[in-house]
Amino acid sequence: MADTQITGKAAPVSFRSVTKVYGREVTAVDDVSFDVEAGKLVTLLGPSGCGKTTMLRMIAGLEMVTTGRILIGDKDVTILPATDRDVSMVFQSYALFPHMSVLENVAYGLGFSGFPKTEARDRALAGLDLVGLKGYGDRLPSELSGGQQQRVAVARALVLEPQVLLFDEPLSNLDAKLRRQVREDIRSIQQDLGLTVIYVTHDQEEALAVSDEIVVMRNAQIAQIGTPRQLYDAPADAFVADFIGEANLIPCEILSVEADTAEIAVDGYRYRLPSRGLPPGPAKMAVRPSRIVLGVEGGFTATVARATYVGVHMEYSLETSFGSIFAVHDDVYDAHDIGSEVKVGFKSPGPVLIPGG
Amino acid sequence: MRKAASEATTHPVLIFWIAAGWVGYVLLPWYGVEDGFFSFGWLTGGYPFDQDYAPAAFLIAQGEKLWLAPMLLALIAPLVVLRLRKTDPPYSVVLILAGGFGFSWLMAQGFGIGIRGFNYDWLTAIFGELGDRQFGMGYGALILASSFLFLFTQGIAARGAINGDVFVVSAIGGVIVIVATFVFFPIARMLIAAFITDDGGYAIGAFLSKFFDDRLWGLGCFWGARCGAALNSLFMAICVATLTTLLGLAFALVVTRSGFRFNRWLRALTVLPIITPPFVISLALILLFGLSGTVTTFFADLFGTQPTRWLYGLPGIMIAQTLAYTPIAFLVMIGVVEGVSPSMEEAAQTLRADRWQTFKTVSLPLMRPGLANAFLLGFIESMADFGNPLVLGGNYDVLSTEIFFAIVGAQYDQGRAAVFAIVLLFFTLSAFFAQRRWLGKRSYTTVTGKGDAGVHPLMPRRLAWPVFAIAGIWGTFTVIVYGMIVYGSFVELWGVSNTLTFKHYITAFSIGFTEHGLHWSGSAWDSFFTTIFIAATAAPLTAAVGLVTAYLLTRQTFRGKDSFEFGTMLSFAIPGTVIGVSYILAFNVPPIELTGTGIILVVSFIFRNMPVGVRAGIASMSQLDKSLDESSLTLGANSWQTFRRVILPLLRPAILAALVFSFVRAMTAISAVIFLVSAQYNMATSYIIGRVENNDYGLAIAYATTLIFVMLTAVAFLQLIVGRTQIGRRTQFVTGR
Repeated sequence: MADTQITGKAAPVSFRSVTKVYGREVTAVDDVSFDVEAGKLVTLLGPSGCGKTTMLRMIAGLEMVTTGRILIGDKDVTILPATDRDVSMVFQSYALFPHMSVLENVAYGLGFSGFPKTEARDRALAGLDLVGLKGYGDRLPSELSGGQQQRVAVARALVLEPQVLLFDEPLSNLDAKLRRQVREDIRSIQQDLGLTVIYVTHDQEEALAVSDEIVVMRNAQIAQIGTPRQLYDAPADAFVADFIGEANLIPCEILSVEADTAEIAVDGYRYRLPSRGLPPGPAKMAVRPSRIVLGVEGGFTATVARATYVGVHMEYSLETSFGSIFAVHDDVYDAHDIGSEVKVGFKSPGPVLIPGG
Repeated sequence: MRKAASEATTHPVLIFWIAAGWVGYVLLPWYGVEDGFFSFGWLTGGYPFDQDYAPAAFLIAQGEKLWLAPMLLALIAPLVVLRLRKTDPPYSVVLILAGGFGFSWLMAQGFGIGIRGFNYDWLTAIFGELGDRQFGMGYGALILASSFLFLFTQGIAARGAINGDVFVVSAIGGVIVIVATFVFFPIARMLIAAFITDDGGYAIGAFLSKFFDDRLWGLGCFWGARCGAALNSLFMAICVATLTTLLGLAFALVVTRSGFRFNRWLRALTVLPIITPPFVISLALILLFGLSGTVTTFFADLFGTQPTRWLYGLPGIMIAQTLAYTPIAFLVMIGVVEGVSPSMEEAAQTLRADRWQTFKTVSLPLMRPGLANAFLLGFIESMADFGNPLVLGGNYDVLSTEIFFAIVGAQYDQGRAAVFAIVLLFFTLSAFFAQRRWLGKRSYTTVTGKGDAGVHPLMPRRLAWPVFAIAGIWGTFTVIVYGMIVYGSFVELWGVSNTLTFKHYITAFSIGFTEHGLHWSGSAWDSFFTTIFIAATAAPLTAAVGLVTAYLLTRQTFRGKDSFEFGTMLSFAIPGTVIGVSYILAFNVPPIELTGTGIILVVSFIFRNMPVGVRAGIASMSQLDKSLDESSLTLGANSWQTFRRVILPLLRPAILAALVFSFVRAMTAISAVIFLVSAQYNMATSYIIGRVENNDYGLAIAYATTLIFVMLTAVAFLQLIVGRTQIGRRTQFVTGR
């Protein structure tokens, strides 16, 4: 069975100023350029309607670019139709053919790739084995659970050993507990085989969990590209800060900058953090709810407007002189009362200045 | 590793069509063979040198029909690109030029040169007398034309249209060409015929004088004379459409809003118009209300009055059509009434509206587009109906029958038939336009697919009683009428001798045994077998054209898709009589000579019933998630493979339905058929009409009853198979929201 081993033939993908316009007016993707390294899992992340699925479909060849070029490997595939691209896709609905058995589904693409029947069968079986569905070949897709159908869809795409494997919101039809399991499976298969995977989701937690790199999209354009940690810890702007994890946007005053460290003041509260190249003057900072501390000596004053007990922690809405902020606090036994005044500060590290914010 | 088709240098599809072109040009007889499309007598009758049977190449070699020679260039040119890649610019340019030139030249010479030499004076003026002539095209021309067409579409695809998809581009090209040939071309011929003067010239006056004829627009009926056929048709269609819509609504309300227990039986009623030849209802009405009808004689005896001929004319046609088309309105209305979201009605009730107020302020307004739709359908059906006015019309002239009499009667006036047909077409097309413009995008009752877990409220009482009464009376009447059809077929001579007999069946369907074996001696067998044969031939072709068109409409986007859709659905609004007249005018002369053959019947059925196939295909294809196609494409299948291996298998029930319905519709059709039948190819319906005209009602009704049962079997068979298939698909993968 050595020859039916499934291997990766990963290739890089490159977008060169790609624009997609539907009809006359609707610009779904606006002059986007980026590169995906071979063997990496890159996530396209953004709110619905931001153009991420369109980008994925353009890589697959299901949509054609209006202007710009797409390269897979070192080959220009811009005008190639889906049939002729060495790309496989796992659909949100899985799109398993209901009239074919699981094995026929997995072997479907192999038949068009010029494999003889027996080898196609061996490869399909190896594919099912890989996703842990050995022995399910004769069933119909309708006889499988949602998670199993999902894995058949993955196997069907994998066995073609595509240069690029595409996932379109693969977890959205699974229940919450299964999601963690499946996304870990996808990640480990991708890493074991060294596949180039492009993955679309609107769930930021999912994106943080699986990705080597995340492309955050907004209004048909790229808002920021980076590793999960870069995006979380150093968002490029308020949109990214708010979209990747929740964030409070707090106005502040940069008092002085010394060797990349800025001293800022929020309503009299002083705090030091990386300056990110910003000059002294008014600025904005993003603070995660979990990095806000209640009851800090010298902190700024806030009034507790709402306090909610959610089990693992307390959630507070705080009224401040610059608007309301949202904080979570681990101490559920000694909660602050509604209407009480607290002194508020930040944990370190945590808050970041937002360039251009 | 996948190999891109765009880099291949062998093109099997291209090779196939080039080879086909050469076969058509060099091997097959160029002109139509007299003895019929499927007779192969020509093989031994002097082929390949005899002028009648010779292929184009042999004709040219003998120095004949030299105008066929330029097409040779278009056949040689594609050979040059065989070695090229699809992405090389010359590949597409050469194919487009060769295919385009070849196809245009083929058409041009066909239309330019006819049985009397040049068809147009200006051609004679330029080139002088031709001194030669040609007849209708045959196999060779057909194959060569297809070859040129598909070379052309491959060229277009190679230029990058529709992502370079050869199958899709070819399918679009193919559908456009056949629809143009068999729908638009005949209609255009008919339009032109309306302008022909008595001496053969063209003049607008010829059209105008026929158009403003009293026979069309006369208002005589207001002072005792006759009204024009156009006004009669219009009045009748409005009445019938109103009646059928109201009755349809009543039946739909009974089924969905009354807790009525025999819903299944009411729904079964909707099958009736599909399996009933249109004029059969008229026959039953004659048995009931005619001069010697049961009801007539009963009342005549009771009151001692003279039986009258009141049935013949507007009242009879209206009753017959209302009986015939109410089930269609019912079918539309049931969807509409069920489509009103129960939660809307429940919301109204929680907002303190009582049942009557809910119905009046919420349900009825939501049904309004559906009512309009049913009305327009009824209008089109009534306008186009031919069978009932023919049997019951009396002195009440309507357009569809007037067209028929203009062309088959002693007057033989093509121009008048054409003008009448144009008026009729104008009415039905207006209704068709209205339906699409006005209702196309304004349906509020779309079912969202999200669980709408409400229950429709019952009808308010003050509505329930009249609705039940009307539905009950009309339902009983329908059952009696259909009972009369079956019963009447066993009565010896209605109104004169009421003894029961099998006489009519024996006359029609007797089988004798002779020394040569079975002898189909009954008088109806001939037309019966022809009907079955023609309908069975047309059915798969109709289904194929319909499904391919539906595939293009639901699964592909291309420029001009809206007009494409409009063109393919248009034939729905073209009355059969108009099709009949236009086919006679268009296909009686070269280049396409079809009158008197079975092919013209098959072709007319394909294009008459194509919209049914398209709609069935669209309905079931839009249930299939598009990601199924897309995943097939990303797995390396091309669009043809996807169509064949994913879509077709999943559409099996739709295909079956399209097959059976086009079969059944072909068997019941009369309006177009009656123009196109010939001695050799007579159809059951036109045979029956012939019997009716000879006052041979017994035989006609017996034959009609037989047809109804044959079709009932076909429909039941379909129900059985489709029912099973759906059970197998019940748990199938559910499509998007």
